[in-house]
Amino acid sequence: MLKIQKLHIGIFAFFIISFPFVISRIPALGNYTNIMVFAGIYTIITIGLSLFIGYAGQISLGHAAFFGIGAYTSGILTARFGINPWMCLIIGIFIVSVIAFLVGAPSLKLKGHYLAMATLAFGIIVYIIFNQELEYTGGPDGMTGIPGLSLFALKLNSVEKYYFFVWGIVFAAFLFTINLIQSRTGRALRAIHASEAAASAMGINVPRFKLIVFIYSAILASLAGSLYAHYINFINPSSFDLFFAIKLLIMIALGGMHSIWGAIVGAVLITFLNYEWLHFFKEFEVIIYGAILLLVTIFLPDGLVGIPGIIKKFVKRKL
Amino acid sequence: MDGASTSQILQYLITGITIGSIYAMVAIGFNIIYNVTDIINFAQGEFVMLGGMSMVLFHVILGIPIIIAFLFTIILVTLVGLIVDRFAIRPIRQPSVLTLIIATIAVSILLKGIAMFAWGKDPLDLPAFSGRTPIQLFGAVIQPQYLWVIGLLVVTVLILTFFFEKTIIGKAMRACADNPDAASLVGINVKKMIMLSFSLSAGIGAIAGIVITPISLMEYDRGAMLAIKGFSAVILGGLGSFPGAIVGGLLIGIIESLGAGLISSGYKDAFALIVLLGVLFFKPSGLLGNIEISKIKRF
Repeated sequence: MLKIQKLHIGIFAFFIISFPFVISRIPALGNYTNIMVFAGIYTIITIGLSLFIGYAGQISLGHAAFFGIGAYTSGILTARFGINPWMCLIIGIFIVSVIAFLVGAPSLKLKGHYLAMATLAFGIIVYIIFNQELEYTGGPDGMTGIPGLSLFALKLNSVEKYYFFVWGIVFAAFLFTINLIQSRTGRALRAIHASEAAASAMGINVPRFKLIVFIYSAILASLAGSLYAHYINFINPSSFDLFFAIKLLIMIALGGMHSIWGAIVGAVLITFLNYEWLHFFKEFEVIIYGAILLLVTIFLPDGLVGIPGIIKKFVKRKL
Repeated sequence: MDGASTSQILQYLITGITIGSIYAMVAIGFNIIYNVTDIINFAQGEFVMLGGMSMVLFHVILGIPIIIAFLFTIILVTLVGLIVDRFAIRPIRQPSVLTLIIATIAVSILLKGIAMFAWGKDPLDLPAFSGRTPIQLFGAVIQPQYLWVIGLLVVTVLILTFFFEKTIIGKAMRACADNPDAASLVGINVKKMIMLSFSLSAGIGAIAGIVITPISLMEYDRGAMLAIKGFSAVILGGLGSFPGAIVGGLLIGIIESLGAGLISSGYKDAFALIVLLGVLFFKPSGLLGNIEISKIKRF
């Protein structure tokens, strides 16, 4: 199991490192490294969210808001108050974990659709606040002048530099999450997914584990938000709306919600659809997204990463 | 607020009851599907949107007389509800709460996209049923359409009560809500009842959409907000409770109207959601209670 994972991780790392070098030689795909930066940022969210949805069996429509709070905390504190970006990133994470605790603790005790609706309501309230508090957030027009990041003396001022920085963080989050899954916490989560009653009979504190994963995933979303704000130097509320929360869900469902690999595959594919491949459809892309989500839910419950398993089963049956 | 006079408060109350009647209808739709299937249908608001949009299509664009257009709209949206169940909910092979929620979310954005495709992005208007000459009452202004909204809620509730209490199909649906396995043992076709529950709540959604369009116009992306406010009404009243849906809907409407008028109009859409979160956190069984609350069923 671990050995195979190592091979997969090696291929993954090789692909990530070689990507910008290959792309820079193909002029037609010139923008792809830039899109991969966004894909990386979204992957950071989906890794945590997939742990929460796929492994703990819960559902959240509030992660767009956590992403937004991270982005706005970084944006407002750097652009309006001139605080060090790294400090802001940490403040954002702190704020988000407190909020995630306050939202999660009561609603995680309830059944699945209560949490879905509670996080949805929370997400919309945050979205309204982003639109209304003109003085700080700039309202619907958004806010500009968010500075870039620098890593010690190294200014992350090119797409390639930011690419490696973001994917380095994706890689770290990925390894940490894989380790979490194979630890006591991960086993507890799988037990909760299989049966809450059985898990709690085995002495697992179900609400506590669910809450830990909820906060962990919210922290990753906040981190991604800060990285997003410092990359495009401009944020407005529409990047954090309900449709984005649904897009996160589509990423996870498409990739495969029972696998962290699925979170990566889904985030990258949907980001490319979003930024590049669906331009032809303009605003009607929403129909495509709806169709993808519905078809995947009906025909591919394990997502794209489940396809090899289906083929294997099919071949075995034929033999 | 010292600025608000009695007539102003009365005005807010009347507007609140009107919009609250719409939320009550959305909430009833939620409850019908939930009671029969245990599904929270995230596409409930889309039925309302489709109701308003189709009415504009039949009545304004095609020029069909209002009563026939009304019937056509309800039939069309009911069919949409039936299709949703047959082609989106029933084919799911591992129906867990998680996959069913995701499926109804998929349906909701699909319907939204189709509506954008069919009707465009601009809000559409529908002439009021009996003109727009306001009625004066103690300094408050009542649009005749307000009375239509409230009246249709009353009619819908009466018809539904009759349906669930007196007709054999209604009783069969109640049996499915109580215990689907036992219901199928006595010969009730549970699949048909599920399909019927989707059609029925789509039809009720359509009525809500038709009557609200002359007041607040209708556009393709109105569904999500209507659904979440209707759901707030459901939770406030108590999930699954029929009277709770009506009480919850009216209260949410009044809270929203007073909040927008007296506190902040910018946060108009937030009040219902704050109530929703408050109820979920402090009294998840709602005002009129519900039996299932907090019982861990599937997750």
